[in-house]
Amino acid sequence: MSKVEFNKETGPREVFCGLTSIVWLHRRMPDAFFLVVGSRTCAHLIQSAAGVMIFAEPRFGTAILEEKDLAGLADAHEELDRVVNDLIARRPEIKTLFLVGSCPSEVIKLDLATVAEKLNKRFLGQVRFVNYSGSGIETTFTQGEDGALKALIPLMDSSDEEKLLLVGTLANNVEDRFKKIFRNLGISNIESFPPRQSTELPKIGKNTKVLLTQPYLSDTVRDLKHRGCEIISAPFPLGIEGSTEWFLAAAKAFKVSELKVHEIISPLINRAKLALESHKEILKGKRLFLLPESQLEISLARFLHNECEMDLIEVGTPYLNKDLMKEEINLLPDNTKIVEGQHVEKQLDRVRESNPDLVVCGMGLANPLEAEGISTKWSIEMVFSPIHGIDQAADLAGLFSKPLKRNQILTSKTLVTH
Amino acid sequence: MELTLWTYEGPPHVGAMRIASSMKDIHYVLHAPQGDTYADLLFTMIERRGQRPPVTYTTFQARDLGGDTAELVKKNIKEAVERFKPKTLLVGESCTAELIQDQPGALAKGMGFDMPIVNLELPAYSKKENWGASETFYQLTRTLLKEKVSYSEKISPLRWKEFGRRPKVNILGPSLLGFRCRDDVIEIQRILSEQGIDTNVVAPLGASPDDIERLIDAEINISLYPEIAEASCEWLKRNFGMEYTNTIPIGIKNTIEFINEVHKKLDLPLTNKKELENKSKLPWYSKSVDSNYLTGKRVFIFGDGTHAIAAAKIAKEELGFEVVGLGTYSREMARQVRATAKDLNVEALITNNYLEVEDAMKKAAPELVLGTQMERHSAKRLGIPCSVISTPMHVQDVPARYSPQMGWEGANVIFDDWVHPLMMGLEEHLIDMFKHDFEFVDGHQSHLGHTATNTKDILNSDEKKEKNSKEGIIWTESGRAELIKVPFFVRGKVKTNTEKYAILRGIPEISDETLYDAKAYFS
Repeated sequence: MSKVEFNKETGPREVFCGLTSIVWLHRRMPDAFFLVVGSRTCAHLIQSAAGVMIFAEPRFGTAILEEKDLAGLADAHEELDRVVNDLIARRPEIKTLFLVGSCPSEVIKLDLATVAEKLNKRFLGQVRFVNYSGSGIETTFTQGEDGALKALIPLMDSSDEEKLLLVGTLANNVEDRFKKIFRNLGISNIESFPPRQSTELPKIGKNTKVLLTQPYLSDTVRDLKHRGCEIISAPFPLGIEGSTEWFLAAAKAFKVSELKVHEIISPLINRAKLALESHKEILKGKRLFLLPESQLEISLARFLHNECEMDLIEVGTPYLNKDLMKEEINLLPDNTKIVEGQHVEKQLDRVRESNPDLVVCGMGLANPLEAEGISTKWSIEMVFSPIHGIDQAADLAGLFSKPLKRNQILTSKTLVTH
Repeated sequence: MELTLWTYEGPPHVGAMRIASSMKDIHYVLHAPQGDTYADLLFTMIERRGQRPPVTYTTFQARDLGGDTAELVKKNIKEAVERFKPKTLLVGESCTAELIQDQPGALAKGMGFDMPIVNLELPAYSKKENWGASETFYQLTRTLLKEKVSYSEKISPLRWKEFGRRPKVNILGPSLLGFRCRDDVIEIQRILSEQGIDTNVVAPLGASPDDIERLIDAEINISLYPEIAEASCEWLKRNFGMEYTNTIPIGIKNTIEFINEVHKKLDLPLTNKKELENKSKLPWYSKSVDSNYLTGKRVFIFGDGTHAIAAAKIAKEELGFEVVGLGTYSREMARQVRATAKDLNVEALITNNYLEVEDAMKKAAPELVLGTQMERHSAKRLGIPCSVISTPMHVQDVPARYSPQMGWEGANVIFDDWVHPLMMGLEEHLIDMFKHDFEFVDGHQSHLGHTATNTKDILNSDEKKEKNSKEGIIWTESGRAELIKVPFFVRGKVKTNTEKYAILRGIPEISDETLYDAKAYFS
């Protein structure tokens, strides 16, 4: 392991809660509905994070707790029953309904597992109910996906068939690319979790080899291990280096020769390096500060330093699972400063003191930092854009070079002297 | 429990944030878990604010719940006060903190600070954003002025005469994330100034706690946005005798009425009454011949109470539209909206469910929708032109240019914003003349309108429906040919009406003549 500096910080945070992950999960599984049991705040949060509403009727909603629900728990269960009945009558095409716990439902100890169990009996053969918590008192941002996937594992049948299981939401086009490359490597039995249809859950067992596509799935990984799956240890497929190592790790698990991997992906790498060049020109030598939010920060830091030659000032991460991140941390340069957790005020002090060229942060902080003359990239864009894989390396770099390029255009001397 | 897919208003603590962020020298400590910071982006993204909202979130976690969350609250309050040095501290809780009952306001008051502390109790499970904003502004005003109540005389609106100076008023209610507040304030100040009236304080937008303490230097209050200001105006009236205005100066008639009301309250003679009619271009633009085509345009209105009521009045009396639907998401304003709807002979729609609004919109078959950002989406789906008149809004509803809704310039802005999405008058006439030419693309609209593809979709579905129309009604060749000649934006309405008529009369086949019979019947 490289000599990385680990720090912990606590205090006020500026991070989304796990409910936010519904925004991409519901798009991944169009036959599922996400029903948050929470407050008006939860409803407002999801719609604000989702931004423009281009849909007629979203496949997520909130059963908003009212005063009368808080008075007695039995009441709340009946009320939830009623809401679910209405919802299923309205949306008969829904195959899986996620009951999503929130901060208020956790605090009043609303037992969503029991509710889900009862509903499963009633709607047997029509709709499946699963529950997990996306509450801010337990989860940050992308951890919501971890909860949702973990909740699906008990529904997955067992099979001893040998297969490669890609775990973590991917953009559909990226998923297709990955599958094609694996097939070219001779690994033909590949499935994804979450699947594109909530009812088409992969079967798992002792010959299932899990390859993670996202770094925020600690609980899911643990439960997959319990089901006998083998977890392939690898960095995450962001950038050329990460993706190459990721393919190599999978190939090794399937006893495909390293030579074959290089043979298949070399043309891709060459192409990607060429595409990366113009972005690297902009990013090279620029100083980067990553605030904690998406949990992708460590992988992004590794990519932006190793492949785009940026200097790392500080790498924030909402939480650190050293085991899952082992391969990533090994690739980081010596003396990288990793800060787990957040005290947003103290961290912003450090941002200002260190005078970075680019800050990766949440949307709430972006404009205020820009107003101070600091270029920013919103981290939420990473979870909405196809950024995984060798072919996407230049696009990923582009997300970071664009604000710097823009800054250069807008502060050009010609403008000032006018 | 209420199933909500989308909500017009946020929770009440977001209302409190609107007040805190609008003001200077204030800090708000919010006892809240991780995630509630999402509210910051409403200000930094929608309003493009270059400063973070002055809010510290205590960020308690599940593991804190067993221990001492009260200590966490105190630690955050202490740090926030040291770092931001506010002149007044707001302390409150979001929905989850309300359940654990740490009473952060009481904790703050016990910490020995010498600045005023406002303890905000905003019930998250029964109230919403606008109520929260109103309550926060009221509690703040009360906290900062209550000590002056006992030794202050009742404020006479006429006392400016004794003081030998111009009359002074406060403009109350404008806030961040309100609709065009920034520009309304400039417009109203300009109008008052022209009338010889000075502005004492504008609040909460841009005000500091010191300004709140100076509110009683004015003679009367202007309640510019009653959703936010009325509770405070009422308290100032009860305790200091300060009168406040009720007219909202949106539209020409209401702006003139507003000026009248202010003069009357201050006993200030109105000497330029005749001039007022000509301060805005709206009356002439509306009267000019091109606007003939606006007559009777069917308009559907939904928004906050203040803007929806004002829009209905302008639509009917100043532009000659026909109001075919009126509603609000604001329960606090339901009574007033119902009264306005009754005058207009429509049924008021009071709901927080946007799908209900969309259904009502569909049934009313309007030619123009005036609504919030959500009605813009609904109208887009239905292929109806739309203009946004109320919050909730999107980033594009915070324009760079000066574009108030109130006063003379506000009326100009309204004329442009409402009429431009429609087909321009003469253009509509020409399209009608040339629509049988082969070059003519059906569905042509003004450059600001929607695309022609929508119309094609409607046509296709029209045809589908015609083939298997309910109640066994068949459209004959001649009937169908005539229906196609009807301008596309009223085609749906004509089709429904004709079918309704056919059912009523037991006519099994709709011919061109049936269509004309129906037209005569419903006209």
